[in-house]
Amino acid sequence: MDKAKLLDLYYQMVLIRRLEETGAELYQAGKIGGFMHLYIGQEAVSTGLIAARQPQDRVITAYRDHGVAINCGIPVNQVMAELMGKTTGISKGRGGSMHMADVTRNFWGGHAIVGAHLPIASGLALGDKYVGRDGVTICMFGEGATNIGYFHEALNLSKVWTLPVLWVCENNVYGMGTSVERASAVSEIQQKAEGYGMAHARVDGMDVLAVYEAARKAIETVRSGSGPGMLEIMTYRFRGHSMGDPERYRKQEEVRKWEEHDPIGIFHAYLTGNKKIAVKVLEEIETRAKGDVQKAVEFAEASPEPGLDSLFDNVYVEEV
Amino acid sequence: MARITMREAISQAMWEEMERDPNVFILGEEVGVWGGSYAVTKGFYDHFGAERVRDTPIAEAAIIGAAIGSAMTGLRPIAELMTINFAFSAMDHIVNQAAKLHYMFGGQFVLPLVIRAVGGGGRQLGATHSQTPDAVFAHFPGLKVVSPGTPADAKGLLKAAIRANDPVLFIENATMYQVRGEVPDGDYVVPIGKSTIQRVGKDVTIVTYSKGLEISMKAAEELARDGIESEIVDLRSLRPLDMSPVIESFKKTNRAVIVEEGWKSFGVGAEVSSRIYEQAFDYVDAPVMRVAQEEIPLPYNRALEQSALPQPADVIAAVREVL
Repeated sequence: MDKAKLLDLYYQMVLIRRLEETGAELYQAGKIGGFMHLYIGQEAVSTGLIAARQPQDRVITAYRDHGVAINCGIPVNQVMAELMGKTTGISKGRGGSMHMADVTRNFWGGHAIVGAHLPIASGLALGDKYVGRDGVTICMFGEGATNIGYFHEALNLSKVWTLPVLWVCENNVYGMGTSVERASAVSEIQQKAEGYGMAHARVDGMDVLAVYEAARKAIETVRSGSGPGMLEIMTYRFRGHSMGDPERYRKQEEVRKWEEHDPIGIFHAYLTGNKKIAVKVLEEIETRAKGDVQKAVEFAEASPEPGLDSLFDNVYVEEV
Repeated sequence: MARITMREAISQAMWEEMERDPNVFILGEEVGVWGGSYAVTKGFYDHFGAERVRDTPIAEAAIIGAAIGSAMTGLRPIAELMTINFAFSAMDHIVNQAAKLHYMFGGQFVLPLVIRAVGGGGRQLGATHSQTPDAVFAHFPGLKVVSPGTPADAKGLLKAAIRANDPVLFIENATMYQVRGEVPDGDYVVPIGKSTIQRVGKDVTIVTYSKGLEISMKAAEELARDGIESEIVDLRSLRPLDMSPVIESFKKTNRAVIVEEGWKSFGVGAEVSSRIYEQAFDYVDAPVMRVAQEEIPLPYNRALEQSALPQPADVIAAVREVL
């Protein structure tokens, strides 16, 4: 990977971190409503994964979607405006935190019903296969989603129909407050791919380049026509499940231990150590990211609320 | 004009649309090699091939989910649920996904999707396989719900549904596949969301759809022998619900009976009668009556089951009560 691309990945990760920190403040201030799930701690997962896709590859994920939206190329202004429910938001203020998408950037959403987007991902892949496009559908979900029926129906169908899907489990250890050991018959999620005859791999999700390399291989394997595969990416969320999480299910020492493996810190050390990039260069990127988030807040604050006369827009495509 | 069965009408609609548009395809349980559990897709697999007539595992969430996803990419899937009772296994994908994805993402996703599902009782299948839960699905904005009562409407509405850019639930009734009727030749399309008058009368308005149409027609013939002329309005679409012909007819007759095969509580009759009171209160000469299924899970025993389903005699009794 060339230096420019490395620095771009660093920018994306820092941008996500600043976006989420600022989002948390705005939420506390009452400027963002609903449920909001922060991606802090998991930035390397979608940054590495999506850096490995080609433009024709679709991405679909669950409700922890702000970072994925940024990695797919949605301008931070439109992400922030959506969080604030403004008409300039990527979903015009109809979706909020959990429902961002941009079909022009092949990002097929942010989906808030656990596991329900997995069968939809099979359908997206079927769409490509049906017309002979060589796109791969990259479907992200948490380890908690692997216990619901949709997961099993979707994986089975994708294998039976040899659909070009890469199933990506973000194993962040907890489904809300229930640990993987307490919720799943096997805590190594990649074992579930065995039951569906799929190739699978497990990768360190705190190392953005490890994710990138594993994703690149997996995506190209799927693209070659060999059918679906699975990546299990090991990660950890540093904040609560959502903004209203008392965190009774884990000890602060556990969180602090994981924070020592901060994906941004690890990448920073790699860039300054292995790649001999000056700390100052990274500081400039950090300043830029901070400024971009600040400008996004200003943009969102200044953006208009959707007009009440638009309440009925898009219930149907065709007038009823 | 050809006289064909409901089954043939539905089959023809799909066949013609698949010939017309290569993006139209079918997926569902036993739709292909078997030819359809109700033989509606007989011959399709051999003609259109396995890519366009896709046999699925018995996995309703996967069927509807895959239909949704492929529709989002621009295909026009017709997802067949073997019976509407199995729709409950795909409930999230029907009401939480199909009905909402267009709105929730600011109009970015378009879902030109048809879900065909057959329902209805009267075939001794027991409680889980005999339901008419149409009203449940009509509750959700974002879905369109249609249910034809004649072969002509079956063909025309299904063609409209396949061409529509919104998700449409197309509900058939298993006891009506052999019903015959005249179907116009050529490319016959019936617009979704338009009720129609199936019988002209001046004494009472009977509002119904699907299987209720057959029951109501029989009742109307018998009532006519006593000089009572019923006007029958066939809703055809439950959402969007076109009340214009109903209100127009009611203003003439001042009396209404609503006939449906599903349960009365929170049903189609409840909705239609409420709208009559809201929109034509000054024309009400008698309480609006509802004829529907008894409020039980349907039993297996034939006599018990038939006694629980609405019959022409029930319609006749209701009409005599409002006159």
